[in-house]
This record gives sequence, structure tokens and C-alpha cells, in this order.
Amino acid sequence: MKHETPLLDQLETGPWPSFVSDLKQEAEKRAKNEEGTEFQIPVDVVDDLIGVLELSYKHGCTHWKHGGIVGVFGYGGGVIGRYCDQPEMFPGVAHFHTLRVNQPAGHFYTTKYLRELCDLWDFRGSGVTNMHGSTGDIIFIGTTTKQLEEIFYEMTHKLDQDLGGSGSNLRTPSDCIGQARCEFACYDTQDLCYELTQEYQDELHRPAFPYKFKFKFDGCPNCCVASIARADLSFIGTWRDDIKIDQEVVQAYMGGEIAPNGGAHKDRDWGPFDIQKEVIDRCPTKCMWMDGKELKIDNKECTRCMHCINVMPRALRIGNDRGVTILAGAKAPILDGAQMGSLLVPFMKVEPPYDEIKEKVIEPIWDWWMEEGKNRERLGELMKRQGFQKLLEVTGFDPDPRMIQEPRSNPYVFWKEEEVPGGWSRDINEFRKQHQR
Amino acid sequence: MEYEEAKQKIVEGLQKKQKVKSKFYFNDLAKILDEKPRVAKKLINQMITDGVLEYWSSGSTSMYGLKGAGKQAGAEHEEASDKE
Ligand code: SF4
Ligand code: SF4
Repeated sequence: MKHETPLLDQLETGPWPSFVSDLKQEAEKRAKNEEGTEFQIPVDVVDDLIGVLELSYKHGCTHWKHGGIVGVFGYGGGVIGRYCDQPEMFPGVAHFHTLRVNQPAGHFYTTKYLRELCDLWDFRGSGVTNMHGSTGDIIFIGTTTKQLEEIFYEMTHKLDQDLGGSGSNLRTPSDCIGQARCEFACYDTQDLCYELTQEYQDELHRPAFPYKFKFKFDGCPNCCVASIARADLSFIGTWRDDIKIDQEVVQAYMGGEIAPNGGAHKDRDWGPFDIQKEVIDRCPTKCMWMDGKELKIDNKECTRCMHCINVMPRALRIGNDRGVTILAGAKAPILDGAQMGSLLVPFMKVEPPYDEIKEKVIEPIWDWWMEEGKNRERLGELMKRQGFQKLLEVTGFDPDPRMIQEPRSNPYVFWKEEEVPGGWSRDINEFRKQHQR
Repeated sequence: MEYEEAKQKIVEGLQKKQKVKSKFYFNDLAKILDEKPRVAKKLINQMITDGVLEYWSSGSTSMYGLKGAGKQAGAEHEEASDKE
């Protein structure tokens, strides 16, 4: 290796697969270059990456500068400028920009497509990727300024592939695999994700928001993309009617003929399946019971937590009247602390071309946030600052008991003067008729 | 607002503050233009396309500056590599 790396070497000794080993392997592959690639950025880029990382461990601080002015023409996102502050020591990573590549919905790839992406990145970048970044994008880690337009051209013209979002943009929308593979999906997450990505190209590529904005799409409350914790707008599939029960199959689970949880927990001695302990007692709203040999659910009390369905997927199925619940304002800590999404739309049908979602939810929220949001203020923080009631006002949704976690905890609903007969003023003479001085 | 007028306002507005800072939030620009965000966005996008303004990004936040202005361009070899 080009640099001595005693500290990084230590990271390889643990029980887990190590990114250090991966980087060393890539450095070696580039040095040998058995495929005869005409590298467009320094051959030893990965060596220098390892070197600067070792130095960071030694100094206990980063050697990357903050941000930069790089991008591709017309786009204000998708490229993140990174420069090393020790370019003489590590010339291979003097410029080491990140590209965000808009991942296909649900992360469905063909191997051919993946190979093409990797070939392009070996040729014009460091070959180091992150599959996938926490937003969901494919991340290309490290290339020079000169290569950016070339990569963008190849991707858009030959691979039919766009860059993703970064900065104060709509971030690359991301979704779960949904109806493509999952029987729990209450709407077509991939179609909605794709449609909104296309519709909001301008918001994705040209930053004019106060800060980042994320959409995430989960087909059901299992929340495989964790939209409820991370997205400014979380779209979570749900249903309005009853969970479908196949009583015979319930019996088969109880009799041990079918493994609960799809057999996921069978490797330990948990004993035989106990429907009372493992399902009924764990129902968060206590709305299930056995009536003789029949499993009963009081559906109006069910919160669609998915637990019973996850345990006995062949006996219990999502209802037929399906749609989406929309929550707003989740975020990780930056200005304020972390926040989960707050329920804004209890139920909405999800039908192409999704005009209701666009016109009643997304666009009024953006208009409000773009005007009122402070610099670097996420939607969730604006909601806290101006109140949930303001969000209801700008979107036009009526307050609903389902928006309140428990009495006296979320003070969302206040009377306004125009809602009260007579307003705030009173006729003092009328008042005196019934009240002494 | 006409594009030329907007451009003049932005260039003058940013040059005035040049000594203190070279990167501005979108909201700062919209304020200089005294326009609603959507209108301001159209005008500002055009200034980016015309090379009057350029984007700066930390990865999480985006800012705008007059093209070539500010420390980073010189200090971080941007100009050199742009011309290559
Ligand atoms: S979120 Fe629900 S629908 Fe989507 S993949 Fe996960 S379990 Fe399936
Ligand atoms: S989905 Fe959850 S709340 Fe509803 S019945 Fe099943 S366990 Fe209870």
C-alpha cells in the first residue's frame, strides 16, 4: 500500500466485514488494472483516500473542507463538492466530489445496469460507491471537477439515469419495494414515487427551499423505508375496512402446521406458538380476542400496527379499501431535536395521476414553507414554531381526533374569532343584564 | 419584475454585501427582489443559467453567490480546474 495505516488496519481485525478491506481491495485492483481501464482520475485515488482517513484518525479531526461550488450545468443538486485540506500529501483526493445518483424506485436493478454504472464509475471516478446513502440514492464517492459533466452526459444519454437531490432541494424520493413483491402494500409505492419524482424535477434539481425536503413512501405501516421518522412528508399505506381473517389458517398456525413470522424466529427454543401471548396480548389497542375457536378483531379500534398480520400473514390480510395516511414534519436533529411525523391526512385514496396528493397536500405545504420557513428550517420546525393549526389552515384539512396523541398532549386546536358567534367583542349592556357589577 | 431589472438588483445587492459575505440563502435573494418565492425562483434560475450567479452547496444546504466571488473559488483551485 502507498501509505502506512496502522490505525485503519486495526479496524479490520473485528468480526464484521470491513470497509477498510474493501478500500484496500479497490486500491489494489486499480494499481493492477487487469481490465486495462483508462482511468480518468488518479490511479492512486483510493490509496490516498485510505491515507487521508488514517491521518484523520491520527489527528482526531477531518481533513475534508466543507462544501464547494461544483455541479453540473443547470443543476443545483446531485453533486457535493469535497476538497482535501492536505492536497500535497494526498494529491489523488485533492478534489473528491460526491455524486448522488437517483436510485430506481424500490432499488430494483438488473445486473447489466449495475455493471454499466460501475464501469462508468471505474473509468471516470474512484470506483468507490455507497449502495445506498441514507436518503436512498446510489452514492458515487470521489471524482474530479472535470469529470462531472462527462459522467452526467454518459448517465443521462446512455444509461437513462438522472442525478438525485442534495442541498436545499427536494431530495430523491424513495420508496419500499411495495406491490412488486410485498403483499402488505396498500398502494403502488413505486408508481407514486416515480410520478412525483417526474412531476417535481424542478424542485429536485434547482434549490429554492429553505432547507432539504424529503418524500418517502411506505406501502404499509411496517415502514420499511422509515418514512415516519425521516420524511418531511411520509406516505404510509393503510386500509379503512376490516382485516381479512381466514379462521382455518388461524387454526393451522395454532396447531403448529405453519411457522409464525414466516419462520423468522425458529432458531431458538421459544416453545410452541402461543396465539394469546404472541399475538392477542401484544395487540397495542387490545382489540383482539378468541371467541371459542374463532379469532375476533374489533376493527374500529385497530391502529393498523401490522403486528398480527406480520406474525400470521397467511391467516390475516390487509383490508380491501386501501389508501394512504400522510404524516408531516419528521426529521433528524439539526436545529431542533429529532421529530417523528405528525398525522396530517388520516386517509386518502391513492389514484393516478395523484392530483389530490399534489394539489391538496404537497403544493400548499411548499407554498407555506417557502414563504415562512427560515433559512435551514425544516417543515417540522416550522410546524412547531407556527403551530399545527397553521398547517391545517394552509392545507384546508379539518382537525380530527386522530391528530391528537392523547388529551392534553398536543394543543393543536384553538378557536379563532370568526369561528365564535359574536367574535371576541360583547355588548356590555346585554352582558350586564345577567351579570352584576 | 423584468429580468434585467431583477439582475441589476441582485448584482448590486450582493456586491454591496461582498465584504461581509459571499454566499447567500435563497430567501436573502428573494428579499432583495421583494418577490414571492416562486417568482423569485424563475428569475434566479435564469441568472444561474446566464452565469451571473453560481450555486454553492455544503451537501445539506444550498447557497448562491456571484459567479467567481468569495474565497472558496480561489482557495480551492476551482478556477484552475474549471478552465482545464
Ligand atoms: S413497508 Fe410494508 S408494503 Fe412496503 S415492503 Fe415493507 S412490509 Fe411491504
Ligand atoms: S394490526 Fe395491530 S392493532 Fe390491529 S388488530 Fe392487529 S395487532 Fe391489533
